[in-house]
Amino acid sequence: MERPLTEHIKQDGTALSLKEYEAVGGYQGLRNALKMSPADVMNAVKDSKLRGRGGAGFPTGVKWSFVPMGDNAPTPKYIVANGDEMEPGTFKDRLLIEGNPHQLIEGMIISAYAIGAGMSFIFLRWAYHEAADRITRALQEAYQAGYLGNNIMGSGFNLDMDLHTSVGRYICGEETALLNALEGKRANPRNKPPFPQVSGLFGKPTIVNNVETFCNIPHILAKGAEWYISLSRSEGGGGTKLYGASGKVKRPAIWELPLGTTLGEIFEEHAGGMLEGYQLRGLLPGGASTDFLTPDHMDIKMDFESVAKAGSRMGTGTIIVMDDKTCPIGMCLNLENFFAQESCGWCTPCREGLPWTAKILLALEEGKGKPEDIDHLTFQTHYNAPGNTFCALAPGAMEPLQSALKYFREDFDEHINTHRCKYHN
Amino acid sequence: MATEQVISNEARQEIEQLFHHLPHKQAACIDALKVVQKYNRWVSDQALQELAPILEMSPHEIDSVATFYNIIFRRPVGRHVVYLCNSVSCYIMGYEGIYKALKEKLQIDFGQTTKDDRYTFLPIPCLGTCDHAPAMIIDKDLYRDLKPETLDAILAKYE
Repeated sequence: MERPLTEHIKQDGTALSLKEYEAVGGYQGLRNALKMSPADVMNAVKDSKLRGRGGAGFPTGVKWSFVPMGDNAPTPKYIVANGDEMEPGTFKDRLLIEGNPHQLIEGMIISAYAIGAGMSFIFLRWAYHEAADRITRALQEAYQAGYLGNNIMGSGFNLDMDLHTSVGRYICGEETALLNALEGKRANPRNKPPFPQVSGLFGKPTIVNNVETFCNIPHILAKGAEWYISLSRSEGGGGTKLYGASGKVKRPAIWELPLGTTLGEIFEEHAGGMLEGYQLRGLLPGGASTDFLTPDHMDIKMDFESVAKAGSRMGTGTIIVMDDKTCPIGMCLNLENFFAQESCGWCTPCREGLPWTAKILLALEEGKGKPEDIDHLTFQTHYNAPGNTFCALAPGAMEPLQSALKYFREDFDEHINTHRCKYHN
Repeated sequence: MATEQVISNEARQEIEQLFHHLPHKQAACIDALKVVQKYNRWVSDQALQELAPILEMSPHEIDSVATFYNIIFRRPVGRHVVYLCNSVSCYIMGYEGIYKALKEKLQIDFGQTTKDDRYTFLPIPCLGTCDHAPAMIIDKDLYRDLKPETLDAILAKYE
C-alpha cells in the first residue's frame, strides 16, 4: 500500500530538511511541471481526480480552471494554503506541515505555476508554533536553493511565498473569511459570487486550497494522474486520504490510506477499536461539523459520496468517537458552545440561533429541560439550514445536533423526564 | 502634556517591515497588533492611538479588528497565558478534570489573571492534537496527554 504523502515523514518527529526531501524525490514534481505548459499542469491535476481535502471535496483542477488566464488576466494572482485547521477533532494538516514542510511548499509552487500566480501565502493557525518555525526554516531553504524567488530553476517563472500566522477564530477556515483575515480585516465571510478564483485576495484572482490538497500535487506531477487514481478505492476521486481517530479508542492517530477505505477498517484495524470497558455509541466521521454515524455504518466507504449517502459528510476524514460513557447531550452542548463562540456574528440565524441552541442543551444537561425543548432544537436545525445563513458555519453546527436527535433521542427524552443527566451524577 | 509612548521604537520598526509584499498598510493590521502584543503583552487604548497613523487607519477601525480575534488581548494579561483546550475530543478525554484542577491550582477561573500577575487562564478551541487529548498551551509550549497530577510540574516552569 503506497503512502506518498506520509511515507517519508520521520518517526522521530523532526521535519525533513530540504536535502532529505530531495533525496527521496522531492521537487521532482516541480521539475516536471516547469517543463510543461501551465495548461498541461492544470490538466494533469484535473485528470488525477484530486478533490479538495478541506472538507467540501470540490475537484481541485476544476477549481483552478476558473482563474482567468492569458495576457489580459489581472495580476498579481495569488495562491493561498489554508492551514487554519480549527475544525475540532482534526489534526491531519499539523502532521503534514511539521513532518514535511517542503512537500506543501512544492505543491504550492506547482499550483502557482499552473494558474500564473506571482505571490503566495501559507495561512497557519496561531496554535501551530512548531509548524510555523518549520515552515520559516523551509522557506529559507527553498529560497536559497532557487525554488522560490525570481526565475525559478531557470524557467523564467517567479514566485514569492510568505507565512501568515493567524490570531484565532474558526471562521478563518472559510476561504473568503480567510482572505479578509489576510487583508488585515475582520474575518467575516464574503458574498459569492464573485468567487475568489476571479476576485479574491486584494480583489485579484486567488486559489485557496487546503494544506493536504497541496501536498498531493507534487506526487501527481512526479508520477502521473493514472498512478494517482490507482491509489484510490473510491469511484469518486483519486489518491490517498489522511484519516484519523480521537476519543476512547486504543490507538488514536492519523493514517494515510486509500481514499474509500471503509469506516470499519479505520476504526477496527487502525484505531484498534474501543479501549477496554468502553463501547462505541456513535461517531462524527469528519470533524465537529459532520452528522453522527452509528455502529451500523461500519461498512460504508470513507469517501465523499458514500458518507453523504449515509446522511453525513466525510469532512476532514478525522473521526471523533463517542463512547457509551459520554453523554450525547453533553457532547452536543460542547460542540454548540464552540460554534456559538466562533460564529462571526454577521448573519442573524447563526449569531442568535447558536447561543439559543447551546442554552437549551445546557438546560437539558442541568435537568431543567422541558418536552417542548425538543421542538425548539428541531426548529433550530431548520432555521440554520443551508440557504438561511450567510456561510456554512451554522449549517455545519446543526449537523451533529440533527443527527443526535435522530440517533440518541432516548437520551434527550430521559434528560427531560428524569430532570437529570445520568452520565454526570 | 505628552503621554509616554507605549509602542517602542523597536516595535515600530518591526511593524514597518511588515508592509513588504502587501499592497496597502491596512493589510498588516493583524500582524501589527501581534507585534504590539509581543512587546506589551496586550493592546491598550493608547497603543491603538499610536498604531493608527502607522497603519493609516482610524483607532476604531483597528479596534474592530483587534476585538474580533481570540488571541488579541484588549485587557492586560499575566506574564504567562494558560490556554486550555475545551473542544470535543478533549471533552471526551477528561477536559473537565483538568479544568477543575487548574482552577484550583491557579485560584482563578477562565478570563482571570492571578494576583501576582503570573498567569492568565483562558479556554481555547481545539489545538489540533486530539490523539493526545486533553491538551493545553502555555505561552507557546504545547502540553498533551494531561493528567491532574502532572500539572504542578508544568506550571512550575513558568515564573
